[in-house]
Amino acid sequence: MPENKSNTAVASVPPISLRRRVMDHVMTGVAALTVLLVLLPLFAIFAYLIYKGIGSINIAFLTQTPKPVGEPGGGMANAIAGSMVILAIASLLGVPLGIGAGIFLSEYGRNRYGDIVRFVSDVLNGVPSIVIGIVAYGLVVMRQKHFSALAGGVALAIMMIPTIARTTEQMLLLVPQAVREAAYGIGVSRWRTTLSITLRTATSGVITGVMLAFARVAGETAPLLFTAFGNQFWNWKTDQPTAALSLQIFTYAISPFDEWHRQAWAGALVLIILIVGAVAAVRIAVRHGTLAGA
Amino acid sequence: MGVGITVEHLNAFYGKTQALFDVNITVLANHATALIGPSGCGKSTFIRCLNRMHETIPEARVDGKVSIGDLSVYNGTSATQLRRRVGMVFQKPNPFPTMSIYDNVAAGLKLNGFRNRKKLDEVVHKSLESSALWDEVKDSLHKKSGASLSGGQQQRLCIARALAVQPEVLLMDEPCSALDPISTGKIEELIFQLKEQYTIVIVTHNMQQAARVAEFTGFFLLGKMIEFDKTEKIFTNPSDKRTEDYVTGRFG
Repeated sequence: MPENKSNTAVASVPPISLRRRVMDHVMTGVAALTVLLVLLPLFAIFAYLIYKGIGSINIAFLTQTPKPVGEPGGGMANAIAGSMVILAIASLLGVPLGIGAGIFLSEYGRNRYGDIVRFVSDVLNGVPSIVIGIVAYGLVVMRQKHFSALAGGVALAIMMIPTIARTTEQMLLLVPQAVREAAYGIGVSRWRTTLSITLRTATSGVITGVMLAFARVAGETAPLLFTAFGNQFWNWKTDQPTAALSLQIFTYAISPFDEWHRQAWAGALVLIILIVGAVAAVRIAVRHGTLAGA
Repeated sequence: MGVGITVEHLNAFYGKTQALFDVNITVLANHATALIGPSGCGKSTFIRCLNRMHETIPEARVDGKVSIGDLSVYNGTSATQLRRRVGMVFQKPNPFPTMSIYDNVAAGLKLNGFRNRKKLDEVVHKSLESSALWDEVKDSLHKKSGASLSGGQQQRLCIARALAVQPEVLLMDEPCSALDPISTGKIEELIFQLKEQYTIVIVTHNMQQAARVAEFTGFFLLGKMIEFDKTEKIFTNPSDKRTEDYVTGRFG
């Protein structure tokens, strides 16, 4: 029956010309093609990493520290752990500061001070990562007198802040004013409204910003060169030089040894898997959190 | 129980633009008072001055004296304290989108640190019953989000949310303008019941609505309160020529 209805409806409208129908298909095709073009490099990288790296990933790679040159085997366990420690420090520092700055910009920064912060944060976003490494070197390493996971974490945190701040701001601005007014209207104070209503409403967007920033710095090498520095052995102390996957990949990739090249590929694959895993885990956790707590 | 409202020499501004000029009015406790007038005449601004929502807009300010019961609105009372006693329902239904129906109603209490689960259940039940929504949502209190309800249901949810903090006054800023006639009818019925317990001030564009629900009506024009009287008098025998022109549809 519904088909009949639509036929009578169409009957009163002139038929769509062949030219328009062809154009429709062509444009749909072009759109699909661009999607393919965008996704192709990503899949190509994935495929190539798996092809090159999967063979070198084994229990030893995930549980042992690097072996001296010439000795076969060994792994990047200390670098995997080191990366996690450095990223944890970076997130602990960068996420609250970034979200805090975003809240300021959106809720209290619709004025000159806000414009200044916005400008500075955009400039910071454009500062080369190696320069940020030097800043962390001056701030932390010079003072502590040695390289450390903390210094690496600080460098990465500085890189996370502008991205998180600006996306948080944008996401909070998307929350309709009516939602804030609803909270004010039942006697909720401004700061409580910001934290429990506005930020809560924007959670998924804010998380996206945080994960973007996280994924971006997780693979950074330059800022770690003279902050975390790298380490061939296990180290759990945050004030000591610490290995990181990206550093290890860098060292191994530019070495002249085939064995190390293979391990560098494996390290790169592990790094990507860790980043994708972390982003996915946070997404799932948030989704369950919102459902249960809503 | 509702309390009366007294407004003396109220002026309101948006930056340099004056939106209200020397408004004086006395609203009786436990009655519904309607405010009518053409768009931009200041009736929404006026109602937002009663619970200090006006000042949440940048560069907006107020002078004059407003008392809600024995509470002086612009003198020594914090805006948050005041708003717990003066609830508000907005033009467009605005439930908290990420919260369940239950949490929407309980928000006012929860966000102010009230945690007693049993008492919260009770308040949520009572408020939803008062807003005539309980029967429609009682099976999905925690499962459904406030935003998943229909427009009319959302507005009644917002009324329940306002009632849950146990205010004495309920301000309604064109509460039916986004609703269909059936939902409008339900809200109007609700206003009738609610005024036994609350003082209600309602802004409306719909003159029939004012006539149906309110005992008193005020007519605003260009930021001034032109006439304030019994609803019947405003609609049948207004003292001011401009009121007569407006209610008979000759302008506006």
